[in-house]
Amino acid sequence: MTNSIASRIADFLSGFPPFSLLERTYLDLIANEVKVMYFEQGRTIFAKDEKVHNYFYIVQKGAVDLQKLDDNKEPETIDKCDEGDIFGLRPMFAKENYQINAITDEESVIYAIPLEVFKPYAISNPHVGNFLMESFASNTRNPYSNEHRGKLIADEEDITFKKEALFELQPIPIIKKMVTASSETSIQEAAILMSKRKVGSVIVVEDDKPVGIVTDVDFRESIATGKLPIQNPISEVMNSPVICYSKGLTIAQAQLTMMKHNINHICITKDGTPNTKVKGIVSEHDIIVSQGNNPAVLMKAINRASSTKKLKRIRNKIMILLNGYLKSNIPLTHISNIIFELNDATIKRTIQRCIEKMNEPAPANFAWMSLGSQGRKEQLLHTDQDNALVFEDVPKEKLEETRAYFLKLATKVTKRLNIIGYEFCPAEMMARNPKYCLSLSEWKEQFSQWVTTSGNDEILLCQIFFDFDISYGDVKLTNSLSDHIFDILKGNRNFLNRLAAQALRNPSPLGFFRQFLVEQDGEKKDLFDIKKRGIMPLTDAARLLILEHRVKNISNTSERFDKLAQLEPNNKEIYQACAYSSRALIKFRTKQGLKHKDNGRFINLEDLGKEDKIKLKRCFKTIKEIQELIKIRFETTYYL
Amino acid sequence: MIRNLFKKNNEHEDLPIFWQNYAQSFEEKLPEKISEVRFIIFDTETTGFDFNEDRILSIGAVRIENQSIEISDNFEVFLDQTKFNPETVKIHGIIKNERFEKITEFEALKKFLNYIQNSVLVAHHAGFDIKMVNKALNRNNLPKLKNKVLDTAVLYRNTRIITNFIDRDKVYSLDEIAEAYNIDLIDRHTASGDAYITAIIFLKLLGRIKNKKELNLKDLMKIKN
Repeated sequence: MTNSIASRIADFLSGFPPFSLLERTYLDLIANEVKVMYFEQGRTIFAKDEKVHNYFYIVQKGAVDLQKLDDNKEPETIDKCDEGDIFGLRPMFAKENYQINAITDEESVIYAIPLEVFKPYAISNPHVGNFLMESFASNTRNPYSNEHRGKLIADEEDITFKKEALFELQPIPIIKKMVTASSETSIQEAAILMSKRKVGSVIVVEDDKPVGIVTDVDFRESIATGKLPIQNPISEVMNSPVICYSKGLTIAQAQLTMMKHNINHICITKDGTPNTKVKGIVSEHDIIVSQGNNPAVLMKAINRASSTKKLKRIRNKIMILLNGYLKSNIPLTHISNIIFELNDATIKRTIQRCIEKMNEPAPANFAWMSLGSQGRKEQLLHTDQDNALVFEDVPKEKLEETRAYFLKLATKVTKRLNIIGYEFCPAEMMARNPKYCLSLSEWKEQFSQWVTTSGNDEILLCQIFFDFDISYGDVKLTNSLSDHIFDILKGNRNFLNRLAAQALRNPSPLGFFRQFLVEQDGEKKDLFDIKKRGIMPLTDAARLLILEHRVKNISNTSERFDKLAQLEPNNKEIYQACAYSSRALIKFRTKQGLKHKDNGRFINLEDLGKEDKIKLKRCFKTIKEIQELIKIRFETTYYL
Repeated sequence: MIRNLFKKNNEHEDLPIFWQNYAQSFEEKLPEKISEVRFIIFDTETTGFDFNEDRILSIGAVRIENQSIEISDNFEVFLDQTKFNPETVKIHGIIKNERFEKITEFEALKKFLNYIQNSVLVAHHAGFDIKMVNKALNRNNLPKLKNKVLDTAVLYRNTRIITNFIDRDKVYSLDEIAEAYNIDLIDRHTASGDAYITAIIFLKLLGRIKNKKELNLKDLMKIKN
């Protein structure tokens, strides 16, 4: 009997070590015995202390987190496996139980390779055996990756995977091969030495002890300005004394020291004083370069990424960054802004790459609009992608041709965004849908129609599409669209009233006895829907009130409330409370999502501590107040 | 009444042993837990879409148990062709005198029934494949398939959210679902390849359909158009 599926599996395996080291005939035999396993997100493949399986595993699609338990029994991710990575090698070498957890970080298809079938090849082929041994011993699943990745794929090197501890608390990277010179060296000689070694500083030493430091800045200020001739000894330009530390310095300390002394180099000596031997140097530049999870570096990596796969990896790092920020209690406004910018850059880069992939340039100017949470700059976790596309008006006979181009582009973009981690919108509210890929005048007409018809569906569409933010392209198009919205809403009290009625459709989630209202049935029974009952009522209220005030270009909910507080000083307190609640709820959802590896929407109240419950209740009180305000201001009773 | 029952028991007496074994396997009750149910995901390649005129060219199938596929337990047969339709060759690429080892329709059915036993059958647009197999059974004087059947096209439609913004009656092709689920299309239009793609889709569907903490076979069977 033939088995064409096995041969496709062999094709896949042949692309990754150790399988790439095997002959095809063996590979076919192994592939024939593979077990294809499917796991939803957050499922355990094996757990610490579990008896070892008769298989080891390779990720075919998806991603797997390898975790060990820290001192507090909290799992900490020590490695992340994606496509082609092998894991669970313990039974290959040892009989004891697993030492780590393997948990799917996203929906995954895993190939299980039976040890019985594989072992003979591992023993007979020393390369295979060595590879597995090294993988297992170093606890990095792929020894080739760490050593050679940088060399093979140059730009992956600049984002090293930093685990756990916030970057700032990690020990500083020290350059040990610093350039030193004696104090009699001439300025010119020192400069030549520095350019030859391509460094920005030279440490002046006497008996290996630092007496001064000269940096690029000193050359600019003292020599290029003509103050000193280049034949003079280096000791005349050097900065002295040198700021020294011992090597335990953390990045945060180093940054503080540099700020305090207004310097960009720190000398590392044996005991941290200038009286001992020079051990190395730390420069501000090196700190920045090594900052794997630094937003600036990630941004650079995004803009340079040449494949969707790389963008996906960068997204994973963004999540680590987010986690770190939340753990160290950095204000949510700050976090949101950074994550928004990184998401935005990812979307921009994806669109840019897709345009390059199209055979011809865009036939007209266009703008890619992000809707919903990304449009409101509130998207912290991977949630659905909601987007739309507007292109400039073209002659009628060109319209469908032009739309066809953009639909094709949008199909490419949405597909790649999906791979990166943005799920497809289940209601097909995406630019690849012909309904939401329209010319400027078509969009205007569409908005007018929604606003005038305003049945429940239309109101819902308005709520989604009114929160747009341009992600890519011609800002004139989206501005023109915003202007149009304000034009058609002018004097349309009826529409605002309807919008108000919609904003009240999810009442404050506290029951009569101040208990939480949980979902009554369905798969989420007894869970609390923080999006529907907490975040959405605030978002809807903010949108309504800001439209009433005809304020343009603020789409973020808490920013909208801040603006409203300015506009209506008499309601300042309640608006400020809303702004606070909105941030608090989003932060809450994000933390939940990161903890449970999902979108954080449904919360099991039993998991919450007392403090969290009180915090949530306070937010809900605010919802109640803002809804009262809306009820009074708009004539909603007619529609409720 | 009793006579009727009695008659029913002996109904298969004159049928081949493999059929009797197949029929007997249904006396065993299917497990309730999805993780314990044996699913056979299959696909047929045919000479065309006419149930009376056209014939099965090949059957490919994979088995799913406990959310896993054992590759060694795949099923794939190619049938001798009495009918040849140059039009469909463009799609499935099976031409009359190809290198595959071919067996008679009767042999293929025998092997298929031995393989599936009382498993739950799963196929994309299952109605077509089931009917094709039933027609073939009929030509060989055998009764119809007795298995429970699930259709991935129907299941998929059910995972779509209920909203006025999408057309809920849309019929989804295998390619469209694979695209939505980000599944690589390998060996499309071979019976085995399509069965495998359908199997991966089915696994992902199970993950999405979960209404309750534990999904039962009964719940799954209730999902209809």
